[in-house]
Amino acid sequence: MEKRVIFKNRVLPYLLVAPQIIITLVFFIWPAFMALYQSVQQEDPFGLKTTFVGLDNFAYIFTDAIYLNSIKVTMIFSFSVAVIAMSTALFLAAMADRVIRGATTYKTFIIWPYAVAPVAAAVLWYFLFNPTVGMISFFLKAIGIDWNFTLKGGQAMVLVILASAWRQISYNFLFFLAGLQAIPKSFIEAAAIDGASPAKRFWTIAFPLLSPTFFFLLVMNLVYAFCDTFGVIHAITEGGPNEATNIMVFKIYHDSFESLDLGGSAAQSVILMFIVIALTVIQFRYIERKVHY
Amino acid sequence: MVEHRPWLTFLTHAILLLGCLIIAFPIYTTFVASTHSLETITSFFPFLPGRHLIENYQQALTVGSGEVGATVGSMMLNSLIMALGIAIGKISISLLSAFAIVYFRFRFRMFFFWMIFITLMLPVEVRILPTHKVVADLNMLDSYSGLIFPLIASATATFLFRQFFMTVPDELCEAHRIDGGGPMRFFFDILLPMSRTSIAALFVILFIYGWNQYLWPLLVTGDESYYTLLIGIKRMLDVGEGQADWHIIMASTMLAMVPPVLVVIFMQKQFVRGMTETEK
Amino acid sequence: MADVSLRDIYKSFGQNEVIHGISCDIHDGEFIVILGPSGCGKSTVLRMIAGLEVITQGDIAINGKVVNQLEPADRDIAMVFQNYALYPHMTVFKNMAYGLKIRRMPKAEIEERVQRAARILELTEFLDRKPRQLSGGQRQRVAMGRCIVREPKVFLFDEPLSNLDAKLRVQMRLELRNLHETLGITSVYVTHDQVEAMTLGDRLIIMENGYVEQIGSPLEVYERPATIFVAGFIGSPAMNFFEGRASRDGQSLELSGSGSLPVYPHLEPDFCDKAVVVGVRPEHFSLAPEGDGTIKMQVDHLETLGADTLVHGKSGEESSLFTLRLPDIHNYKKGSSLFLSVSPERLHLFDKQSGKRIGD
Repeated sequence: MEKRVIFKNRVLPYLLVAPQIIITLVFFIWPAFMALYQSVQQEDPFGLKTTFVGLDNFAYIFTDAIYLNSIKVTMIFSFSVAVIAMSTALFLAAMADRVIRGATTYKTFIIWPYAVAPVAAAVLWYFLFNPTVGMISFFLKAIGIDWNFTLKGGQAMVLVILASAWRQISYNFLFFLAGLQAIPKSFIEAAAIDGASPAKRFWTIAFPLLSPTFFFLLVMNLVYAFCDTFGVIHAITEGGPNEATNIMVFKIYHDSFESLDLGGSAAQSVILMFIVIALTVIQFRYIERKVHY
Repeated sequence: MVEHRPWLTFLTHAILLLGCLIIAFPIYTTFVASTHSLETITSFFPFLPGRHLIENYQQALTVGSGEVGATVGSMMLNSLIMALGIAIGKISISLLSAFAIVYFRFRFRMFFFWMIFITLMLPVEVRILPTHKVVADLNMLDSYSGLIFPLIASATATFLFRQFFMTVPDELCEAHRIDGGGPMRFFFDILLPMSRTSIAALFVILFIYGWNQYLWPLLVTGDESYYTLLIGIKRMLDVGEGQADWHIIMASTMLAMVPPVLVVIFMQKQFVRGMTETEK
Repeated sequence: MADVSLRDIYKSFGQNEVIHGISCDIHDGEFIVILGPSGCGKSTVLRMIAGLEVITQGDIAINGKVVNQLEPADRDIAMVFQNYALYPHMTVFKNMAYGLKIRRMPKAEIEERVQRAARILELTEFLDRKPRQLSGGQRQRVAMGRCIVREPKVFLFDEPLSNLDAKLRVQMRLELRNLHETLGITSVYVTHDQVEAMTLGDRLIIMENGYVEQIGSPLEVYERPATIFVAGFIGSPAMNFFEGRASRDGQSLELSGSGSLPVYPHLEPDFCDKAVVVGVRPEHFSLAPEGDGTIKMQVDHLETLGADTLVHGKSGEESSLFTLRLPDIHNYKKGSSLFLSVSPERLHLFDKQSGKRIGD
């Protein structure tokens, strides 16, 4: 798609794209290349000289038990967040699509947590589940559960998943509801005339029609869980206890700024970069987006 | 809905109400905690708001908590500057580049387009260290420009405006040429006012995005006077074995949530529009 | 006030030539209509006059001055677009004033010109409204107003009425005609609607496939269409065509399977004994007794319009349907036979090969 009408000017268009391009080059493209470059370099402990080591950094991290664990943790974490956030949101959206009165009010009440920063959400849940002051941890202890996520990896994982998924429900809800409302009412009415129950109508008519939204959201939730949840981990568990919540993005941060393992963290960055690029490509290639080029 | 089954409608409302309550519950407890003294919170958790609301918020805003060294007031100002800077910056440079790409033909046009597209795949999380190094080399650590500039390149905003510009009828541009106006005049007099609704929708989304940034400010701010509120809250939690100032932390968290939540509630139409247009 | 002349204009988009040499002199104050089916290149010609398309070859001159290289804004023209192209965020007043503002006209004069144009177009009470608060006809008038305030040398119209409903179109057509008579500004008007063309134009340029088929007054193109295309395009219901052969002596036409018709005046020797196409307008047939010089029609079906009746039928098993228009109401059974005659001066003869008109 191209415009028929264009302006003729030799210099102006370059001036117009310059700010965007300069920012992109300096803060996006260049650092990305630096990450690629550093991922094949090894710096000596004093930062005095670097040597080319080929794929050694990659070979190393893939034999590193901590990194392999981090991949496993990331997968469990990401898919749990996606499944919890999406199923809850879909359920609520299906309900909200049914009601006529008060629909906008419910919508407002369900979507606003999206405005809460992941790290702020983490603080809320951290507070609720805090072993010494948390209301829910009191309750859990009262019913006989030995709750202490600072020591128990499984509990820590549950907590960061809940904190991350909570805010994402709003996001998924918004898209599921929009998707449901875009389904022509005549489809549903036709099925009702054929005698399908509301539940059957949902699973046989609405759900299949929602599948593009479903896959779109799955990718978006995974990207969210891979990248944006850094704040949650950083605020609640810092990757612990005992690496139980050490997701990839947190490990990169930790190795870069605490362990100062440049080559290793660069190699990890490159891997995460490829994962995100792959997800984005899937998004664009297989899931219809409104971008045409 | 299609048929009338009162009990089903009742059930639906009940489920939705329950959903809203569960979603709101963490915020409610935060609010309750922010209105009590630290002793009350740590001894036995209260279910109803207490009487220390003004006191706690005042202390947060003007004194702060523990060792953080910055008041919530000043940190909120930093968050606001960052959020506005990112929102306005992204919108401005995206409008300009989308205008160039749609309304001009020039060498490397598609190359630039793809370059902007690639930024979509490179969130800050995957290039933490090298970006930090670039900012450090440019002497931009602990500065507002260091907080803002690395985050304002935006493929989504550029695509959104490009999409919108494509739908502007060619005849408007032709009429403008016949009226005797040049490209920048067309941009400012015609395109910009016509893009108002898109700009508003995008502004809402980007303001929230900017306000909620965490990783990047964490990397570039060492000096407390540039802390954003979210960084400050995390620092308040870092008390080691000591007792965290929960009443202040909760008041600060409330303050961190209020601006973006208000934006969502009061600009819900723009928010929903922005979400669905930028993401899909 | 200006005349416009097109001298051998060609236009290509890449390798693809779409306008194949057009020449025409448009006189000062004339209302000229470019008429043709969609895709014939009529809008391209208009856009070249406006300066919105580059002229591949040839010259366009306004008042004797070649304007090929001038920007649209410098040609002193104004244009009404099919979709009006009103700036949606500006009020009616601002829409009309915008072009003047860009030209840095003093505020008082802008105000005066806009008010005057608004009076002429009866838009005064709508000056503070936005385009979306106006009806189609009102938007149309604002688009006109935007042109009028500029006081240009030439008005260009690109199918300005095609987005209006039928009733409004008739009304706006009259208003346009009146406006032209009031202002007397040279106008070039593009349309695919022959009724608009016939009622508005002083002269028509009829185009097809990037060629000019005929230039002439509405009556000329109706009475003496220069080509088969023009003959079929102008008039409704469309002209009937019969294939035939001119006799050796040039005094009659043998229609394939439908009898023969006398020709007067007799044909030039060049055309004798040649394949021709004979055109007869449905309204030019008259009923006649069976005999020589008539065409037999076997009635297929009728369309009763009230004032007229259209009779569709065939001359024989092989022939295709043709149409006869009779005043008043008639009722013929399917299959009944009618005999039709045509007075020789109402016949249109075309060379079958070139499609060009034969004789006078």
